[in-house]
Amino acid sequence: MRLISEGFSQALHLILGLDPDLREAAWRTLQISGAATIVSLFLGAPAGVALALSRFPGRTLLVALINTGMGLPPVVAGLFVMILLWRSGPLGELGLLYTPAAMVLAQSLIALPMVTGLSLAAVQSLPARLRVQIRALGATRLQTAWLMAREAQLPLLAALMAGFGAVVSEVGASLMVGGNLRGSTRVLTTAIVLEASKGKFATAIALGLVLLALAFSINLILTRLQQRGRT
Amino acid sequence: MPAKTAPTPEVERHAPEVERHAPPAAFEIQGLRVRRGPSFTLEIPRLSVAAGETLAVLGLNGAGKSTLLEVLALLLRPDEGEVRILGEATRSGQDSQRLRRRLGLALQDPLLLGGSVLDNVALPLRLRGVPRRDSRRIALAGLARLEVVHLAGRPSRSISGGEARRVSLARALVTDPDLLLLDEPFSALDPPTRDALLRDFQRALPPATAVVLVTHDRLEALGLAHQVAVLQGGRLLQWGPSQEVFRSPLNQPVAALVGLETILSGPVISSGDGVSRVAVSPGVIIEAATEAPAGVHVTLCIHPEEVHLERPGPGTRTSARNVFPALIQSVTPHGTGWRIALHCPFPLVVLVTGRSATDLDLRPGERITASFKASAVHVFPARSRA
Repeated sequence: MRLISEGFSQALHLILGLDPDLREAAWRTLQISGAATIVSLFLGAPAGVALALSRFPGRTLLVALINTGMGLPPVVAGLFVMILLWRSGPLGELGLLYTPAAMVLAQSLIALPMVTGLSLAAVQSLPARLRVQIRALGATRLQTAWLMAREAQLPLLAALMAGFGAVVSEVGASLMVGGNLRGSTRVLTTAIVLEASKGKFATAIALGLVLLALAFSINLILTRLQQRGRT
Repeated sequence: MPAKTAPTPEVERHAPEVERHAPPAAFEIQGLRVRRGPSFTLEIPRLSVAAGETLAVLGLNGAGKSTLLEVLALLLRPDEGEVRILGEATRSGQDSQRLRRRLGLALQDPLLLGGSVLDNVALPLRLRGVPRRDSRRIALAGLARLEVVHLAGRPSRSISGGEARRVSLARALVTDPDLLLLDEPFSALDPPTRDALLRDFQRALPPATAVVLVTHDRLEALGLAHQVAVLQGGRLLQWGPSQEVFRSPLNQPVAALVGLETILSGPVISSGDGVSRVAVSPGVIIEAATEAPAGVHVTLCIHPEEVHLERPGPGTRTSARNVFPALIQSVTPHGTGWRIALHCPFPLVVLVTGRSATDLDLRPGERITASFKASAVHVFPARSRA
């Protein structure tokens, strides 16, 4: 109990005192996970909507693969990206390993199947004949996709929240491809692992609280966006 | 129904050379085959509807009605055959897109999109590049035609089911389509709501718009359509002027679908106290429980289940307004009961249960009294081309 209360008081101290290390890690977390979420949104949502509206041979197989990808362990995603970025790997020449860019790449890989799969489900859960109705109103294929996405905006935002939640909380991939370098690739989750392993539980708790607050704020913004105009 | 100027279907069918001078059919199908799934094929050798005409496509669930509608909306490419919309064949996707913008579609599920009622009705115009202000003005006029202009600012999700049907129809009509495709937009509504909707819809319908109405409601087909096509299991069983299909079904499946209706027509002689008196032949007057203006030509339809038969005898009194001495012409088995054809002197078809037939000892050539209430008579206003 004492550990926890001590942790909380120290956490408050660190947060109110705007501890530079804490601020740095929180800012990195927001940047990296935010970027990964945006990448997965711009790739995954259109892919999910397109998949929901199209039919082609092998579609079921692809959807099954995406659904499997939704459960991709972050460590495995980190491993893939590490092999890819390894100096002798296919993208080794870019020298991205142990940079924030590598972390964005790995986290995007985690969030992408999630956003794609949930967007697909979001659009497929719309009434079966809505596509026919919208097309018959005179919409082109592209206009139809846009209108369908607009109809599915609630579950699409839920997909986005799920994607952000997954990457902001993961630690395996960030550690593997980022390396937890102070001032560059140290994010809240990797910092928690480090502090806890050093026995500095109070600092770890402080970091954990900040992470929760951060996730909550982002989700609050997205939820307000989602629930706006509800009757 | 508004006045028609298009050629009659008979002229089209028997004299194709006339077509060159006449406006093209709103749609025309030839040798259509559409496979859907492993076991369903829609096959329609020929079907068309002229401008200003209404074609009812009658069939049970799974008959292929919705598939046909998707083909007509150019959203389902047939495996074989040709679909011409307004005289044009659809060869490319661009053709389809351009022609699709001359169609309107309303389904049983109104499928309104998010946003306001006005946004929904303005959407087809916005998709066609009409400027925002113009589209709103036209959409408001469209809502007014269906008596729902007061809903314009309301969120589309907050209006009632009946109101949503009206908005959906206003949305389908807002572009003044050449061909309007309807999939049971009047079904599953309570009768007063539905009657009011039908009335307002018919008034809002532009005279030149051709309508394809998919339905399983035979009365709706009889009341709205000039022509009826009967579909079953993906096959076109019969197609012709609606009275012809209802009066003389080609075969048993068609008869089962359209019902064994007695259809009569004639002028309203007088009207009052909630009944109209209609002369179906000289000296033969049927009373119907509706007040139609005198002089108007109407079509009457009498349900075969609602006619009572009794042996003529002294002192029988009945609440039925229509009592006729009749001669039994034929007695044929129908389901678990019997189908009795009478001569009253107008032809009247009656369905009775097996027990009644035995008790009354019904045989051809015998005399009997047929009676039915004024409320058992359905009245349709006659159309300009009946």
